[in-house]
Amino acid sequence: MAESIPPLSVTREKDVRVIEFTNNRILDEANIAEIGNTLSALIDEVDNPKLLLDFGTVDHLSSAALGMLINANNRVREHSGQLRLTNIKPQILEVFVITKLNKLFKILPSRAEALASFT
Amino acid sequence: MAVAGSNRHGDTNPPAPRGRGANGRQGSAHHLTFTIPSELSAGRKVQQQILEAIEQKGFHGHNFFAINLALEEALTNAIKHGNRLDPHKKVHVEAKVSARRAEIIIEDEGPGFDRSNVPDPTAQENLEKCSGRGILLIESYMNRVIWDRGGRRVRMVKTNKKTQ
Repeated sequence: MAESIPPLSVTREKDVRVIEFTNNRILDEANIAEIGNTLSALIDEVDNPKLLLDFGTVDHLSSAALGMLINANNRVREHSGQLRLTNIKPQILEVFVITKLNKLFKILPSRAEALASFT
Repeated sequence: MAVAGSNRHGDTNPPAPRGRGANGRQGSAHHLTFTIPSELSAGRKVQQQILEAIEQKGFHGHNFFAINLALEEALTNAIKHGNRLDPHKKVHVEAKVSARRAEIIIEDEGPGFDRSNVPDPTAQENLEKCSGRGILLIESYMNRVIWDRGGRRVRMVKTNKKTQ
């Protein structure tokens, strides 16, 4: 059934997990919770995890989704890992700027630049 | 559907189902009212209907995005924080949408809150908190926001100015 499509697709670029959102709207609580759980599992899998979140398909984002991303960011830090966000559309980036979360997250304009920024 | 160029009052449309107001072309307004239980799924259905109305009235691009975001935040606030998901409490929603202006009124049956006591989520000490941004987003994206009835009601207005 269509409902069983997972909300994230995960690929690998060397030691970086690249995560894309398959639904263009990180919208309802259930979806956000599932994404959060998947990210937590990925972060817990390895020491010093490197995660890249690609927002290319995302057209809509709520503050609940921002909370989930902050959780992920905190968890990555606890695991001495690195998190990058990329390909954020201007309207969505504006939400990060208004909430000043552009200062909390490391946001890069393109996937290539984001991948190059991991240490 | 009304014929382009005409603007009839009086009803050429069949009776509208509950939750919908009179439908019309430019020059008249959509007026929608809803009373829903304190469930996020019910809020999403209301959100969808209001978004259809604003899109039909010509709110696109950034104006559409803004209302979508503020509306979602305000509904979540009413359902989750105002009414605390209490099944005995309702949320009342009203939307008045014309080609120039969308006004959305949301009222919960909770205890209310003091707007001046809400911490600034952009302050350094709050930046890593997982919640508390809804009001900031509502006030940033709508042109006019009024909190009244002890914080139980929010009235927010977006004007449909043309933006690139």
